[in-house]
Amino acid sequence: MRKSIPSLRGPAIVLAVLAFVFLMAPEFYTNHSVLLTMMTFMGLAQGLNLLYGFTGYLPFGYVGFFGTGAYATSLLVTFTGLPILVCVLGGGLAAALIALILGPLLRLSGAYFSIANLAASQIIYFIVANEDLKSITGGPYGIKIEQVYAPHASYLTMLALLLVVTALAAYFRLSRFGLGLKAMNQDPVSAAFAGVNVVRERLIVWLVSAAMAGMIGGTYAWDLSVFYPSAVFTLQISVFAIVFALFGGVGTVIGPLLGAAVLYMLYDGIGVSAPQYFELIYGALIVGLVLFLPNGLMSLLTRRRINVL
Amino acid sequence: MSSEPLLRLENVGKRFGGLTVLDQLSFSVHGGEIVGLVGPNGSGKTTTINVISGVHQADVGRVIFEGHEIQRLPSFRIAHRGINRSFQVPKCFREMSVRENVEVAATFANRGEVEIDGILEQVGLTSQADIQAGSLTVNQQKMLDLGRALATNPRILLVDEIGAGLNPAELGGIASLLTSLAARGIALIVVEHLLDFLNRITNRVIVLGAGRLLFEGPLKEASQDPEVVAAFIGG
Ligand SMILES: Nc1ncnc2c1ncn2[C@@H]1O[C@H](COP(=O)(O)OP(=O)(O)OP(=O)(O)O)[C@@H](O)[C@H]1O
Ligand SMILES: [Mg+2]
Repeated sequence: MRKSIPSLRGPAIVLAVLAFVFLMAPEFYTNHSVLLTMMTFMGLAQGLNLLYGFTGYLPFGYVGFFGTGAYATSLLVTFTGLPILVCVLGGGLAAALIALILGPLLRLSGAYFSIANLAASQIIYFIVANEDLKSITGGPYGIKIEQVYAPHASYLTMLALLLVVTALAAYFRLSRFGLGLKAMNQDPVSAAFAGVNVVRERLIVWLVSAAMAGMIGGTYAWDLSVFYPSAVFTLQISVFAIVFALFGGVGTVIGPLLGAAVLYMLYDGIGVSAPQYFELIYGALIVGLVLFLPNGLMSLLTRRRINVL
Repeated sequence: MSSEPLLRLENVGKRFGGLTVLDQLSFSVHGGEIVGLVGPNGSGKTTTINVISGVHQADVGRVIFEGHEIQRLPSFRIAHRGINRSFQVPKCFREMSVRENVEVAATFANRGEVEIDGILEQVGLTSQADIQAGSLTVNQQKMLDLGRALATNPRILLVDEIGAGLNPAELGGIASLLTSLAARGIALIVVEHLLDFLNRITNRVIVLGAGRLLFEGPLKEASQDPEVVAAFIGG
């Protein structure tokens, strides 16, 4: 039989390395915003990996949950004055609620799901950014929550979320629940006859993935503390999360983290100073990825039968 | 036969678009019994299995298992209750090992401890236990499909054309496996075109023609039934 308590050493090491790197990084590199944004994208790539890597649903509209979390958190700060961490949690719940409403999308398959999810995210964007809601959301003029600005606390919160979402990926990879996911990913009908509650497992993953994006969005908003709706709803966020996750390798724990770290550094290194070269290199990277490494960086190891987390 | 059947279909009807695939279908199966399900191509045999196992829902009628109506339950709940099946085109978890395929079912079916090694031996895949299911031959995949079903400790097993493409020795092996399962009290519904094979393992067959039950009884008598003859020759 499968070992009932899977080895926790691998996940423990990954989490310890992540924590160490991002706790130490500010000592050596003082650009707070770069480090925080990097963690944001690592978290988003991992959150997207929870859904895409473990159920095969690719959410083009993943940014919708991020933006929902950013706005829900900000509105909670503005209108309730609850402690900021409660507001961030509220951002996660709001995103999960949207995911619950969008639950029927899971009946669609492949590209239909992706496109419907994309459309849903844009609808949320248009609602939030609507001039008529100016008195609540700030409409197109954005929102301010400077009263809670605390860069050190938001940094640590983002790190905590990155650890949580990574622990979830490890859980999906190693647990009984994950075994069910693996089975239904390969053949949902057979999985049902093996006794797996396919619809429920899928919905749980969808809600968890959305909630993580929501909390990450809330923390990102907290860190910015002043932002336009486009800053948290731009499709570039979805695209980055997808490309980063795919580049590293979905369905693994380390892949999306690695992919996001490498590509975000590249983006930060050349994307900002020489965007025209960046687009070129990025485009070439994506094409190369699809052609030569469709399963991401991690497949360089798995192809050699090296077991990776 | 004991009085209370394990499974009973009552006036089950199923249509796909304008096509009536099952029409007022009623029959019962008792524990430990092997019932053959025969009929021409497209007569509704697989659909009957799909309706019992929750892959499709009946439009009308009832499916009663151990005294409870199950016609509205999803497949995984039906599996939890002890109904399982194999597929005409075998379905397995291709990127898992043979052993893992069986383990998944043993883990999620919640139907008590099962002996994985014993199941692998029963379906003749002991020496393939550690290879990927996707690299098995189709016939081996059919056996794995059966093994996955057995790992859920079923009370009734629905077997869809497992014999097609097997040689006589392999057929003999399956015949003795199925009869040994029945001897343990498991009920079996066996869809099969190979009548010799069915003759060996069943004492009763149900003949479908265009979704209707044409005949129920010993296979030998079926061939004397004019309706059955007409269905097979006409079409
Ligand atoms: N999902 C479906 N949608 C539409 N029509 C279907 C579907 N499944 C089966 N049918 C139709 O229902 C009829 C019965 O099909 P079924 O698969 O039950 O036949 P069968 O007796 O198993 O045939 P065979 O011996 O060829 O396996 C056929 O006409 C088939 O085309
Ligand atoms: Mg059939």
